[in-house]
Amino acid sequence: MVEINPFVILFAAIFTNNILLSNYLGMCSFLAVSREVKASYGLGFAVIFVMTATTALNWLVYFYMLVPAGLEHFWYIIFIVVIAAFVQLVEILIEKISPVLYINLGIFLPLITVNCAIMGASLFMIIRGYDFLQSVAYGFGAGVGWALAIVAMAGIRQRIARSNVPAPLAGAGIALIIAGIMSLAFMGFSGMIQVQ
Amino acid sequence: MIEVFISMGVIGGIGAILAVVLELADRYIANYGECAVDINDGTRTLTVEGGGSLLGSLVAEGIFIPSACGGRGSCGYCKVKIAEGGGPVLPTETSWLTPQEQKNNMRLSCQVKIREDLKIHIPPELFLIKEYRGRVTRITTLTHDIKEVRIKLLEPEAIEFQTGQYMQLTVPEYGDVEESVYRAYSLSSPSFEKDEVEFIIRLVPEGICTTWVHQFLKESDEVTVNGPHGEFFLRDSDKPVIMIAGGSGLAPFKGMLRDLARQHSTRKVTFFFGAVSQRDLYHRELMAELEKELPNFKFVPALSKPAEEDRWQGETGLITDVVGRLGEDIAGSQAYLCGSPGMIDACIAVLTKNGMPQAEIFYDKFS
Repeated sequence: MVEINPFVILFAAIFTNNILLSNYLGMCSFLAVSREVKASYGLGFAVIFVMTATTALNWLVYFYMLVPAGLEHFWYIIFIVVIAAFVQLVEILIEKISPVLYINLGIFLPLITVNCAIMGASLFMIIRGYDFLQSVAYGFGAGVGWALAIVAMAGIRQRIARSNVPAPLAGAGIALIIAGIMSLAFMGFSGMIQVQ
Repeated sequence: MIEVFISMGVIGGIGAILAVVLELADRYIANYGECAVDINDGTRTLTVEGGGSLLGSLVAEGIFIPSACGGRGSCGYCKVKIAEGGGPVLPTETSWLTPQEQKNNMRLSCQVKIREDLKIHIPPELFLIKEYRGRVTRITTLTHDIKEVRIKLLEPEAIEFQTGQYMQLTVPEYGDVEESVYRAYSLSSPSFEKDEVEFIIRLVPEGICTTWVHQFLKESDEVTVNGPHGEFFLRDSDKPVIMIAGGSGLAPFKGMLRDLARQHSTRKVTFFFGAVSQRDLYHRELMAELEKELPNFKFVPALSKPAEEDRWQGETGLITDVVGRLGEDIAGSQAYLCGSPGMIDACIAVLTKNGMPQAEIFYDKFS
């Protein structure tokens, strides 16, 4: 296990190693749902919640089930299955408990099952050798970072919708260019702390 | 060898545990049991499987709440009053409900899921709405993109409605369309024809129902329709009538005019029909006949872009311009509009500007 304060990992995951802007993970939903700030908040919160919970769950599954049985090489398959099952379970629960929350958050959940940022966070925590607390901090931070990026993107795209974009770049084209520029801007943070 | 079995066991075990958890959740958490839906203080009580939408469950029980969009929450027609149960108003409904309606517990029934016993109130005339099985007797091509479909009712054999109302046509699964849907169309037949109904349907590019009608539906096919729905019908009054329609919006007026002709009405009626060019005009012979039968009826077709070969002598310009030219003579008339939302909103603006009170304007918007 590596000796890094979980708070440092949390901070790094939000800013210096933003999973979306430095690893470019979770692009599909990032481009699809960033047209409106309101919807991007919904998806952002859903990602924060699911990422935090699945990194914790996957950490437990990995170290208490896969490692003792010597089956670490199955981690990809198991992580995907755990994420899918967890998201499904949460969807059923939210639908039962709160229809309002379901409409605001629940409709994004199926989108999250196949969001590669969720899978990426689980894989990174194992590769980087985080312990349980560090993993949860990392999952939460990566979620917050992802949400931050998509809300910022939605804000920019709402303004772009009212401006004159050259026709060949309209839509996904300009969005990808903006994502690139945002990613350059976030690289400015990387001088603050270096965490791998 | 033993490792293979261990890995299969562990991986299978993890999968199985998750599957069991989900199955249990589905059985115990997502199970809402049977719920009782009480309609109009005990007039009818339904027992339905919980978990489905209120609109879908009511339709399945033969109570046809009006809905033009088929439950997607985009038309705002399926309002019902929910006196008990139903949970909080959802964000998907708020844009369709006025604050007053929200206070009165009005909800969009397509968005309300049945999770508990409900007490609801619906207008009693909705019980009159029935589902009819019919057979297509005639499909007439009116223009390059408009067809007229006549349906003989088989079960029940007759319908009571007010001329100008609409019905919903059920589209079965066909081609790439994997789910049966229904869409609303104005009746173009008059209410004295009780054993047949008629619709005028314009082909909408990539429209599920219109494509089916135009390309798949054949004479002698069996179809299902439900209705009647809507509040669009000629009001009793002596005031002169201005009818404005575009495209397939002619449908309700065809029925209304035939109704008036049968009653030998002397009411003053002017029917403005907007089209792009000559090839979009239809039913001109019928209108000429009606002009002979009705002493005070006048049909005014207007083309917005007549083609050169049309040699068009009549009115030109958008229908709003043509109506606008009447000036303030229309102030004492009643107006009936049927067509696209854009056309209707523009016409209402012109009519009210020329002094017609909003209360004398009736319309049927295609959405």
